[in-house]
Amino acid sequence: MNPIVEVNRLNKTYGKDTVIRDVSFVIEQNKIYGLLGRNGAGKTTIMHILTAQLFPTSGDMLVFGEKPYENNRVLSRLCFIKESQKYPDSFRIVDVLAVAASIYPNWDQKYALQLVEDFRLPLKRRMKKLSRGMLSSVGVIVGLASRAPLTIFDEPYLGLDAVARNLFYEKLIEDYAEYPRTFILSTHLIDEVSNLLEHVILIDAGKILIDEDADEIREKAYTAVGAAQQVNKLTAGKKIIHQESIGGMMTTTVLERLNGAQRREAATLGIEIVPVSLQQLIVHLTGNKGNGKVAES
Amino acid sequence: MGPIMDDGRPIFIQIAEKIEDDIIGEGMPEETQVPSTNQFASFYQINPATAAKGVNLLVDQGILYKKRGIGMFVASGAREKLVEKRKEQFYEQYVITMIHEAKKLGITTDQLTDMVRRGDGLK
Repeated sequence: MNPIVEVNRLNKTYGKDTVIRDVSFVIEQNKIYGLLGRNGAGKTTIMHILTAQLFPTSGDMLVFGEKPYENNRVLSRLCFIKESQKYPDSFRIVDVLAVAASIYPNWDQKYALQLVEDFRLPLKRRMKKLSRGMLSSVGVIVGLASRAPLTIFDEPYLGLDAVARNLFYEKLIEDYAEYPRTFILSTHLIDEVSNLLEHVILIDAGKILIDEDADEIREKAYTAVGAAQQVNKLTAGKKIIHQESIGGMMTTTVLERLNGAQRREAATLGIEIVPVSLQQLIVHLTGNKGNGKVAES
Repeated sequence: MGPIMDDGRPIFIQIAEKIEDDIIGEGMPEETQVPSTNQFASFYQINPATAAKGVNLLVDQGILYKKRGIGMFVASGAREKLVEKRKEQFYEQYVITMIHEAKKLGITTDQLTDMVRRGDGLK
């Protein structure tokens, strides 16, 4: 284990509202992390604190083993791509790349220009004349070509079409394979990125709900589909996170790893076992249970 | 994303199964080199660490072996080993499930046997 970020009991309050409560986690080197959660869960606040753009109310944090505030040794190794980055009015894409080249020590200009071509961007056009999707593409390109040891993407997709998003995933995997480094992706499009993630941190109402390897999470829950009576037999006494029924049929999602014996029991009862995707699991875990009370950030 | 991956099971296991299928189907003959984990990762659009985990699973089982500085190769005898393993799984995965469904529909064992014969006649 090689931690590059260590966060210990972080809290952030605005007046009476607590937006981050007692959050602790570790980010290890050269892994792709998903920072997931609903709107207002506290994802962006955490990313702002990590990148030293916001002070926590309490708690400690080390990034690359040091405190990040006004610390250029740390900040020069970070690249944070925000959802809606603002640019000076006069800037063209080519100017953004030039500034990025001067900020990021590992910047690869050749790669950046290749990406501009792949994403079909007009290099000489002014930023304020770009469409929403093109602006997002510029962010994606800066994030990838920075080759920063810790690269954070906060909802980089706004306005990106399916083709461009796919291109992003493809380039991310390719470049990560060639130049391993640490990525944190924050996104709502969980199904699309779930295969890319090695580790998932799920935030709900300012707290950590899940902090586990993606592969572990895939086996964390299952859905049983079948005749209500039989399904109830199988899932009695289990931790049920979702249940629906129509006619005599019932689907019940259980938060538990299914073992071989249970799988055979299900088969005997004529119950179909359906896997639960990361997205479904998160919807069930963070859905309307009334505990999602948190201040709007 | 990776359209061939299903949602519930760990991806590294699915990757290992894809490689197994390819060895059984002789798309990857014994003693030939298999793609690198990075190639698997790009092809299936998955995390390279996950792809490596899948490949290592097969290394642990002696299906693949590492040639230092060159890459991964299919071990000799791998195909036979896999076929044996899959035969064991076949009963659980297909036969049991089929019998349950047949019972639900009131299909007798004789009728089922007839159906299997009929199915075998097709090709």
